[in-house]
Formats: sequence, structure tokens, C-alpha cells
Amino acid sequence: MEHGSFTNDSHASFTLSEEDHTLANAVRFVLNQDPRVTVAAYTIPHPSLEQVNIRVQTTGDPAREVFKDACQELMQMNRHVRSVFDKAVTEYKAAKKLKEEAEEEELKRQRDLFGSMDIESN
Amino acid sequence: MVTKAEKQFAKNFNIFNLPDVPTGLPPHLELQRTRAVCKNDAPIHPTSVLYSGAYASMGVDNSVRLENFSEDFKVDVISLTETDMVFDMIGVPAGIANAFRRILLAELPSMAIEKVFVANNTSVIQDEVLAHRLGLIPIAADPRLFEYLSENDQPNEKNTIVFKLHVKCPKGDPRRKVLTSELKWLPNGSELVKESGGSTTKPKTYTSFSHSQDSFPEFANNPIMPSFQDILIAKLGPGQEIELEAHAVKGIGKTHAKWSPVATAWYRMLPEVILLKEFEGRHAEELVNVCPKKVFDIEDMGQGRKRATVARPRDCSLCRECIREGVEWAKQVDLRRVKNHFIFTIESTGSQPPDVLFNEAVKILEDKCERVISELS
Repeated sequence: MEHGSFTNDSHASFTLSEEDHTLANAVRFVLNQDPRVTVAAYTIPHPSLEQVNIRVQTTGDPAREVFKDACQELMQMNRHVRSVFDKAVTEYKAAKKLKEEAEEEELKRQRDLFGSMDIESN
Repeated sequence: MVTKAEKQFAKNFNIFNLPDVPTGLPPHLELQRTRAVCKNDAPIHPTSVLYSGAYASMGVDNSVRLENFSEDFKVDVISLTETDMVFDMIGVPAGIANAFRRILLAELPSMAIEKVFVANNTSVIQDEVLAHRLGLIPIAADPRLFEYLSENDQPNEKNTIVFKLHVKCPKGDPRRKVLTSELKWLPNGSELVKESGGSTTKPKTYTSFSHSQDSFPEFANNPIMPSFQDILIAKLGPGQEIELEAHAVKGIGKTHAKWSPVATAWYRMLPEVILLKEFEGRHAEELVNVCPKKVFDIEDMGQGRKRATVARPRDCSLCRECIREGVEWAKQVDLRRVKNHFIFTIESTGSQPPDVLFNEAVKILEDKCERVISELS
């Protein structure tokens, strides 16, 4: 829900229900990174309310659009995090498998070596 | 007399274009921006500077836009097992790393026992305590295959997992343990009769399964079980008996910690230990001995000279033992933390592997953003 004014749309507060620091702090960070933003902050009016208020003031652009852009950007950051993370995990798993196979090979080689040595005839 | 060329030069003059003016942030500000420095009594500059234009007057951009975030962001997996995972997350702001952690703890769904129907309990452990203990047992079932059970819903095969526990310690036997391995999964739903219908209708039970969970391809060949088979539920003396049925449903950690799919999830910033002066000979040995985490090593420089090196900075727990030792030590060792490098640890309870959990956590943050966008447009 947006609380703005009819005359100046560059200043607005947004109330998000059923959200907490998890989203608000991340969005606040992204908002502050936007050069169009002059003030971005959030508050939780009361700890027993499941609600956050986010204040956005811009240099002139509509606050609603800037806020939406910030959410969009956070979403794209998350997508990137997910793809990089998945890649890193697959690589790690592949490397681990290769290592295990090499170890098994080495163990087998040593076992063969011992097997071929005729200990009793010595 | 000022010439035209000189005028032009003065107009275009920018101090940063001179060859001997350093560009970028001066070292002390760069240190403030990227590191938290731990002093004897407290850390300094632990917060990060949020505003993107904070250093604009020095010609430095402090923003983390998507383009440079994509370039800088890196993940290094340190270790990964079925239940534990450690990885380095580099180039991510603290607020976002914390969002992932919070979601892992409180907003990821998992299955946990919510309703317990006690038919008989003659053990010393009370019904409500037993029910609480059962609730905390992690269950190895993928919550993505189930739906939430809302207030008006009938428990059915899509939202409820039913377990039966019937154990008895016969008279004359020694005391025995009741372990999670004795929880038996009932794929056809509850067996407890709620009310006996007429002789023609089937008796009503506490669940209404339309078909068996066995028939789901995911569970056909791997029955649903607790994540660990050796968790102690209760102890029975001779002649005591427990008979009950436990219904597990989907939930999130915000409602009750039993639904949290992680034992814990946490991160710490990468420690950085810098020796500002050389520690040689006796001093080097003192430094090595004072550190309980064995961060320092002694390096042989030949001709009997020895000096201390920082061998394992990652092990530093920031106990500050090495800077407590007198004033001059505090000036010679610098303990820092890299602000955007997180060593992230996830300990899963065994319901899902930790890498899947993290992936799901990031997806949930994405969904939150999407919800806000759709609400505003």
C-alpha cells in the first residue's frame, strides 16, 4: 500500500504487510544504491505487527517507480546469486567425484601391486 | 596577459587529471569502506556505507549496481555433505546475506509432526511432553511435494504424513529405549477410527486419503522416514506401553522452530590478520604461542633468523589474545574483517540437502520482490 501525495509523487511511504527486516533491509540497501534516491529508510511500527513502512524520497522521479525498480533489481541480483551458486555446487560435486575416482584407482593399483608380489616364496 | 589557451586550460582543469594526484579512495578511507578493524576494546567501522554517492566528491562510485554486482559476485564451496555445507559468498552486501540467513531459519517450509493422537501411554513421560518431543523430530520428506494444511482443510494425502508408534516393554524385561526407527509410516492414512459408521459404510478415521501415498512416484521405492533412525523418543519400564498416531504437516520456522529445516545457518566475515611490523626471534615465538587458534607460523629465514607469518587467517576467531598483550603489540598486529566476504554455514536437519535449501531460500526472496512489484502495479 502506498501513502503518497497528489501534488508531489517523488515522496512516498509504502506499507508492506506480512514482511519484516528480511525484505525491508535488502530493499533499503538496493534503494540507497540508486542515484535517483535521496532518502530511503524503513521502520517496523510495532514488533507485534507484521508490517513494515518503507520511506522513499527521490530527486524528482515517481517514488513508486523507483521502489518498483529496486525490487526488480533485487530480484535480478537473486537470480544471479542462484545461478552462480548452482554452478559452484555442480563444479564442487564434479571435482569431488573425480577425486574419489582417482583415489579408488590408486587403491586398486596398490592392491594389485601387493597381490602380484608373491610374499610366501621369499 | 592570459592567453586563450590558458583560459581554456583553466576552464577544463580538473585536479584529478593531474598525473601525480592519486585516483580512487585514499587508503585510510578504502580501509574504512571495506574492512572492519578490531581494536582492543571494540571494532571500528563495522557498518558499511550505504549511500551510493558517499564518495562522489572524490570521484569514486560507491554503488553496487547489477552490472558490477554480477562481475564481482563469487561463490566458493568449501565443503558439502548430506547435512552440512560451508561456502564463501564474496561481493554480496550484508543486508542481502542476512536476508538469506533469515529466510533459511524462519521461512523455508519443512514437514513436522503437528498432531499426536495418543491411544495409550503408560510410560513415565507425559502425553504433552511426548507430543512435543515427537514434533521436534526431523522428517526426511521433500516439503515441495506437499501442500499447507489450512484450518478448513480435511487432512488428505497431499498435506499430511501419518506415522504410527506402538511399543511395549513386556513385564520381566529390562528397561528399553524407544527410537525414531520405530515410527512406522502409514501411507494409507490414519488407522484410528473416529466414529463407526453403519455396517454398510466404511468407518471414519482422522484422515481422508483418497489414495495411498505409496502410489506417488517419489515415495514408491523410498518410504518416508525420520531423517535419523537413532533419536531417542522415550524410555519404557517393564509393563509400560505407548500407542499413538502422529500426523506431520507442512509449516515454516516462523510459526514454530520445529518446522525450521536448518539446525542453524550462520555466516561470519572473512578474518584478515596483518602483521604491521616484522616479528622476529623471541617475539615471533611469543606471538605463535599466544594465539589459541594457531593462526601464526614461524618461518625460517636462514642464518638462524626466524620470523612469524600469518599462516591460517581463516581460523582466527577474533579472540584478540594477540593484541591484548601490552600496548606495543596492539600497534603491530591488525585484526580485520572483510565486509563483503561471508563464510556461510548451513546445517540442515536432514530433510533436504543444504544446497537445495539455499537455492529455495533465494527463490523465496525473489518471490517476495515479485509480490511487492505486483501489488504496486
